[in-house]
Amino acid sequence: MNLKRNKESPESDELNGVSPFPDEVLERVLSLLKSHKDRSSVSLVCKEWYNAERWSRTHVFIGNCYSVSPEIVARRFPNIRSVTLKGKPRFSDFNLVPMNWGADVRSWLDVFATAYPFLEELRLKRMTITDESLESLGRKFPNFKALSLLSCDGFSTDGLGAIATHCKNLTQLDIQENGIDDLGGGWLSCFPENFTSLEILNFANLNSDVNFEALERLVSRCKSLKVLKVNKNIMLDQLQRLLVHAPRLMELGTGSFLPELTACQYAELESAFNNCKNLHTLSGLWDATTLYLPALYPACTSLTFLNLNDAALQSGELAKLLAHCPLLRRLWVLDTVEDRGLEAVGSSCPLLEELRVFPADPFDQDIVHGVTESGFIAVSYGCPKLHYVLYFCRQMTNAAVATIVQNCPDFTHFRLCIMDPGQPDYLTNEPMDEAFGAVVKTCTKLQRLAVSGLLTDLTFEYIGNYAKNLETLSVAFAGSGDWGMQCVLSGCPKLRKLEIRDCPFGNAALLSGLEKYESMRSLWMSACNVTMNGCRLLAREMPRLNVEVMKDEESEDSQADKVYVYRTVAGPRTDAPPFVLTL
Amino acid sequence: MRTNAYQRFLQWKGSDKVSTITTNTTTTSSENSDERNNNGLNLKATELRLGLPGSESPERSDKVGHSLGVLKNLVSGAKRGFSDTIGNGSGKWVFSGVGGSEADLVKSGGGLFSPRGGNGGKPIVGSESNSQQLGLVAPAGNDGVPQSPKPAQEKKPQVSASNGHGIGPASKAQVVGWPPIRSFRKNTMANNPQKNDADADGKLGLGCLYVKVSMDGAPYLRKVDLNTYSSYMELSSALEKMFSCFTIGQCGSHGVPSCNGLSESRLMDLLHGSEYVLTYEDKDGDWMLVGDVPWKMFTDSCRRLRIMKSSEAIGLAPRAMEKCKNRN
Repeated sequence: MNLKRNKESPESDELNGVSPFPDEVLERVLSLLKSHKDRSSVSLVCKEWYNAERWSRTHVFIGNCYSVSPEIVARRFPNIRSVTLKGKPRFSDFNLVPMNWGADVRSWLDVFATAYPFLEELRLKRMTITDESLESLGRKFPNFKALSLLSCDGFSTDGLGAIATHCKNLTQLDIQENGIDDLGGGWLSCFPENFTSLEILNFANLNSDVNFEALERLVSRCKSLKVLKVNKNIMLDQLQRLLVHAPRLMELGTGSFLPELTACQYAELESAFNNCKNLHTLSGLWDATTLYLPALYPACTSLTFLNLNDAALQSGELAKLLAHCPLLRRLWVLDTVEDRGLEAVGSSCPLLEELRVFPADPFDQDIVHGVTESGFIAVSYGCPKLHYVLYFCRQMTNAAVATIVQNCPDFTHFRLCIMDPGQPDYLTNEPMDEAFGAVVKTCTKLQRLAVSGLLTDLTFEYIGNYAKNLETLSVAFAGSGDWGMQCVLSGCPKLRKLEIRDCPFGNAALLSGLEKYESMRSLWMSACNVTMNGCRLLAREMPRLNVEVMKDEESEDSQADKVYVYRTVAGPRTDAPPFVLTL
Repeated sequence: MRTNAYQRFLQWKGSDKVSTITTNTTTTSSENSDERNNNGLNLKATELRLGLPGSESPERSDKVGHSLGVLKNLVSGAKRGFSDTIGNGSGKWVFSGVGGSEADLVKSGGGLFSPRGGNGGKPIVGSESNSQQLGLVAPAGNDGVPQSPKPAQEKKPQVSASNGHGIGPASKAQVVGWPPIRSFRKNTMANNPQKNDADADGKLGLGCLYVKVSMDGAPYLRKVDLNTYSSYMELSSALEKMFSCFTIGQCGSHGVPSCNGLSESRLMDLLHGSEYVLTYEDKDGDWMLVGDVPWKMFTDSCRRLRIMKSSEAIGLAPRAMEKCKNRN
């Protein structure tokens, strides 16, 4: 958005730096801005615009909860209705961050209770939230409408019960994968019988049974329900009854496809799906097989997102299903579909933009099959619009990746995980440098990259030289020495997040990014060669960064096992647990 | 355009770029030797061996470009010398087995690293972590596991292996947090309890007792929780349901449920007839025929199940052979 001042204004006020617009008009105009990046730009223009922007902002996105304090946020933005907060470093998803590390939302809610009593939406990712906090959300925020939790922990289903009990205007309850203490399904029965405002309900990742009758009544009285994702304890016959009450669903997460249906029940199910004309997202499908999948087919004609990562389909089953999904744009599957299944993707989904292939048994070394480079190539030939891929495989070649990016040069997100750490090209035994070289050379729009396999400095030279739009880079078990990381830090102007584990990068590499880190959100380095002294030096030179170290129990005093560096205007953490050393 | 693209893919597939090595030869274990595709690979050279470092090891052919077996790089002659990896402070690998194989490795001296996990040697406790999936870390010094040399002083040299390829893991043992799958995802995938009366409130009694079930000729393994069954009959019928599609091919052409009866009885024939026998590996590593001991004793000692072709069952207890003959 081009927000240059009009230099040709006839008003002389212009020369005195007074805005030609009254504040109210400016605020009204700016309130139409949704992107927080645009809003940041706007706020830098001049003082008037800064003020107009801060008064008109209703949603704030905080990518690192420790980069700013709730008091600072409340002081700057008086009219916030919706908050998105992200907490722990991403590697906490993979158990690399100990429990009780922090990112508790409580201190934020305490401030919001006075600053934003009319808060409506809270979206948390990798934060800790307790049942008490959930209850306070219900009690202290009378307008609270939407709660979304992803990769969070610290709460139980009792907290969900508190939300259901107290939030009279709730429209969204979106509980994605979390470390939740599942004490039972009684929380769902806490929604009052006169409660009708729900539009989004997602409890697919909860394990215990909810009371089905309560669920059915809830679904039938919430006429605006658009998104319903149930857990795997809901059976097909029950699903059919829910669908009858909510034919206008746009997103559906089914329950389990066990056990058996009678022919009559099957016909009813098919009919219920036939009536779901608005479905664009489908997920769940636990234990789905060709036995009952065909009941779904009538509902798939408008599908744009199919999430099969809970359904261990085989290639034939997937092929048959995809034949009914011509408009598919996003697909998530397990690698049980194998290369043959991916060939079906290539031939059935010409509009595909995003593909994620997850391993069904990632820790099982006896598994011989899964997907290989061949499946990925098949998709690339058939889906030229592909721009987002997350691919777990057990073998890959440089030539394959080169072919893939030649077919699909528009990748913005390329995340390749060759599951055996440090594995070379299995045909040539070479490192996988040329593969990622091809990616960064060809895909000029690349924003996010995750590398794997046997990699030398050369990969990082390529990244530094070519990946000029790269914002997020994930590296594991790769590299030959400091030079690699130095290349990336000096070569990628838009780098915001760098996360590294088990690489031979040491102090020289860490310190080469001295001035870079303030323009980045964060840096994570674990199991590298960085020492405490190196971290202390960084902390001393760059006071506006928080340099935090977590040491493993068995390590030498000088080793900095886990390093987390991030820019902040809030100073060092005041809530750090003893195992987090702030330097 | 779609057709052309697919034709191009078929052309690529048939071209010389794709070697004759099929895509199905990634990880293997010695048990699946009959399933390995022998495409000119010198399988003897890559046979899984367990042994102390420096022990006799087969020469590795240069053609083998990918890892085979659990302890590939412990075999000297691998690209990265063993001593490189053990001496450079990468003794951070969590060394653990799945399903008890850690005990084997320790016995044979294969547990060579100071096991250190992401949480300083403590077992990884995600909120609902499943120890079988994550691979527990044994605290260093226990179990007689020899420790790797501690990392040197602060100014330790840059890590670079002799061939300039840098650090790689010395083995394919489970590493903390790798592959990068969300721990919550792992939990939901591991905990797929089958509904039955004992679990009416959704809680499992004594915890899960997951064992792998493999079937000769099936493309992948399944897992079952033995605690959800109370008799051999229940286990047997559950396995029939699970594996029926492998023996019969795709079942259910147009969603008609009645075809279940047909495939089930056919599989029952196969399982109870002469083609397949159900066997299990017990705590001592011996393969036994399922059904000989009381159910409780069986669940206590069973480590994994295998639906074996009867022709392979030679070598089991003589009674097994007798049973096979009786069924013919």
